[in-house]
Order: sequence, then C-alpha cells, then structure tokens
Amino acid sequence: MSIKNAAAIVGVGDVELEEGKVKDGLSVLQIQAIAAKRALDDAGLTKSDVDGLFVAGLWGVPGVGTFPSVVMGEYLGIEPNYTDSTQIGGSSFEAHIGHAAAAIQAGLCEVALILYGSTQKSERSRSLAGRPPTFTAQYETPFGLPSPAGAYAMAANRHMHQYGTTNEDLAEIAVATRKWAQLNPYATKRDTISIEDVLQSPMITDPLHILDCCLVTDGAGAVVLVSPERAKDCRKKPVWILGQGEAHSHWSIQAMPDLTMTSAAQSGKRAFEMAGVGHDDIDFVEIYDSFTITVLLTLESLGFCKRGEGGDFVKNQRTAPGGDFPMNTNGGGLSYAHPGMYGIFLIIEAVRQLRGECGERQVKEAKIGLVNGTGGTLSSTSVVILGRD
Amino acid sequence: MDKIMKPLPIIDNDSKFFWEGCEKEKLFIQQCQSCSLHIFYPRILCPHCGEENVTWVEASGEGTIYSYTIARRAGGPAFKEDLPYCVALIDLKEGVRMMTNIIDTDMEAIHCNQQVKVVFQKVGEMTLPMFTPV
Repeated sequence: MSIKNAAAIVGVGDVELEEGKVKDGLSVLQIQAIAAKRALDDAGLTKSDVDGLFVAGLWGVPGVGTFPSVVMGEYLGIEPNYTDSTQIGGSSFEAHIGHAAAAIQAGLCEVALILYGSTQKSERSRSLAGRPPTFTAQYETPFGLPSPAGAYAMAANRHMHQYGTTNEDLAEIAVATRKWAQLNPYATKRDTISIEDVLQSPMITDPLHILDCCLVTDGAGAVVLVSPERAKDCRKKPVWILGQGEAHSHWSIQAMPDLTMTSAAQSGKRAFEMAGVGHDDIDFVEIYDSFTITVLLTLESLGFCKRGEGGDFVKNQRTAPGGDFPMNTNGGGLSYAHPGMYGIFLIIEAVRQLRGECGERQVKEAKIGLVNGTGGTLSSTSVVILGRD
Repeated sequence: MDKIMKPLPIIDNDSKFFWEGCEKEKLFIQQCQSCSLHIFYPRILCPHCGEENVTWVEASGEGTIYSYTIARRAGGPAFKEDLPYCVALIDLKEGVRMMTNIIDTDMEAIHCNQQVKVVFQKVGEMTLPMFTPV
C-alpha cells in the first residue's frame, strides 16, 4: 500500500516571533487559530472546507490539552469527519502527513488541517525535568538526567567513542545552520558564530555546549493537505506527498537499542521506497535539529553517508548556503525557532522552498525535498519526501 | 527555605519487587523462562518473546558504561547541589541496560566501556542502585 501522490499540501501558515516570543501576549489557542487561518487563506480555502483535523501539542496539560484535536475543533468551529491527535513528540506532524494522506486516499476526508502551537518561551515551561517519576520514568528521573539534553549528550559521547567524532564536527552543523538563519528575516538568532564560538560556549551536559542545543521559543504552524481533485481548485500549486514513513524504537533513552542510530533508518527507507527516488534525487533536506548530534545521527541513519562518517559528511560547511548539501534552510531549531515540538516547521519550510517562495535563502531548482522529524529522546522518527510538478 | 526534595520513584506493581530489593542492597532483574533473555525495566510480560513467563533473578551487579554525560546544569532544582554529576547507561553482564549515576570517582576520568559495579545509595526514603568503577 502506498500513499504516493494521494494528497498534496496546498497551504501553510505560521506566526511571527519577536526574540522568540509571540507578540502581544497572544495565547496558545490564538496563535494556532491565526496559523490555521493563514494556511487556509494560502490555499484559497475556508474552515468550512476542513473535514479532517490533526493536532498534537504540549499545552493545557493536565486539562483540556489532553484532547488537542477536540479542543481546537471547538475553538475553530470545525466538526471533522476524521480526527487524529497522534502524539509521538517532535515528529508527530510528519506522521500526521502520512495519516492524513492515507485518510484522503481512503475517501475518509478531503481537506485535512494539521496544527501545532506553543507559548513555552513566554510561559518559561520548556524543561521536561521535574515531571513525576511514574511508570517507566521511575527508572530514570531519580538520577537527574538533564532532559532531554542529557539523553542526546549520551548519544554524542557514544558516537565519539565508536567513531572518533569530535565537538568540531558537531559545531560545523551549528555554524552552517546559523548561516541559513542569517538569510531568513524571521529567524530568532542571526548574529554570526564560528566553530570556536560553539566550542567556547558554556557546557550544558558533556559533550553538548549551549550552541549545540536548539532554541527555546514560542511558535505556531499549520499545514493544509487535500485530495488531488481538490488541489486543482486551490490558490497555490500543489506540493505532492511522494513518500512517508514512521517508526519508534523506544521511549526512555535506556531502552534505545543503539545510541548511534535512530529509527530514521526504517522510516527513511520506507519513505524512499514509496517515493521511488534515491538520495541523489533529493535537492535539499530539512532534518530535525533539536541538537547538533540529532542531525549527525539522522544523516547516517537515512543513508546519506555511512555509519560513523557523519562528521566527515558535514565538514567544511557543506550544509551551509552555497554548499552542495542544502540543509535546514530556514535556520533550523538551532537558530530559527524551536517551540517544543518543531516538526511542523520543517514541513512548512520544505513547502516554501518547493514553491520558490524563500527569497535570499531559496535553494535553486528545488524539486524534491526530504523532511525528517525526530521526537522524544531520539525515540520516534517520521520522514516525508515532497515534490512539485 | 526548605530543602528541595529529589524526585523519588513512584512504586507500582511492576516495580515493587525491584525497589524492595534495592532496600536490601540486592539488584534484581527479570528473566524470561520461555526465551531465557533478561529484562530491565521490569514488566508483566517479556518484551523479547511476548510470553508472560517472567521471574526475578539477582543480577551480578557488574557491567560496563555504555555511555554517559556529565551534567553541568542540573536536571531539576533538587540536583543543583550535586553539580557536576554523572548520569550513565550501564550494560550489565546479563545483557540489560539501566540508567544510573556514577559515584565515588573522578568525574573527568569516566569513559565508555569502563568497568563498574553496583553500590546502593540512600536517597530520601529510598535506596537507589548507583555504580562505581572497579
């Protein structure tokens, strides 16, 4: 069963940030509504066209946020035929793309709205530490792992031990991503940084420095997905779902089978096979960059390079503007924005690149893009391959 | 101001035997009687073969550091007084992996594949399994 070309993205929307915060004290419900309206306007559709609703979030928990798609349906005045609150962390939205395309292909809905928002920066609620050590957390929380950074740090240390990867290798990613951010007027961090700056920045949890870690910001994003039939009447040209895959291997970092390889090895393989394209066909990638090590492990897991060769792969600013492997072209979670679960923003950027809407940071001749989401502590992954006509 | 208490395990029906063992300074893990593989964390059925035939066995308490990190910022306010401290993943001889702290050693000398053994540490009302180099 394949969902290749079963659906197209026809609308994307997000909200502006000032120093990583939403303007005017907007609430998490308000910014999601604004992003949704903008995505529907972008597509030339209205909320009454929406019959599939996909929402994941971390807001309002405990409380109404336990039921995000139901609450956002109520707030927006949408009563969907198809609803999905799949929550697998930052990769939730790449999974929603696959689920929505499958639902559209099955005729269960025609116009799907995918939605996310967070005001974690305004609320100062980023840290995952201090949650009650119930169920599987009782074997981890009592040992004080800085979460989630500590889990990623352990992956980095293991990769360094096995393959000789260095802090300089990781810093290449942070510096290249910042160069993309400098071309994006909406990016939060735009001042120049060097590899030395990354290495000299404060250590958070060995071996990750603060400039190896994503930002903590607010943000909201929305994506509209429709059937091929509906895509004909939309305002913007369609961006097609060519392939999608999803996987998870563990939740707790102690249960990760191999700290140097993520389940993108499986989700990526399925997405490539479905799309019927190879690595050389990909014109640009949007790779979840919660931490620099996340990117390195993912590039290897997706097969862009061999295991252990991620450090060599990203050397000499290869992923920066002007390099031969354009990656994280909006400035990424490291420099653009990272509102908790970042995955929806990777999709939004890929769509804008494929439409040629990216101004200074536009990747020339961008026809096929790969998006990878990673959630939890390297726990879940989902890969989407997108293309234009 | 009152001292901030460290988060302690909230015991449930899967974990009761494990934490009671720690109280007696014994490290218990599970073993599946159907496929003979060891299991950690404890659960009601075997995650390897799916059978419900699991029993408790006392572990050797010996293993190696699979990976680790030295926290320079605390994973919660109660851990600030411990900074810097080491959180590690231990591969026990029996083939299971568990999270712990490495204690009673030079933080800067800790490395992957280092041999360690369990030591039991009182934290609040409970006893946690921690590890130290051999």
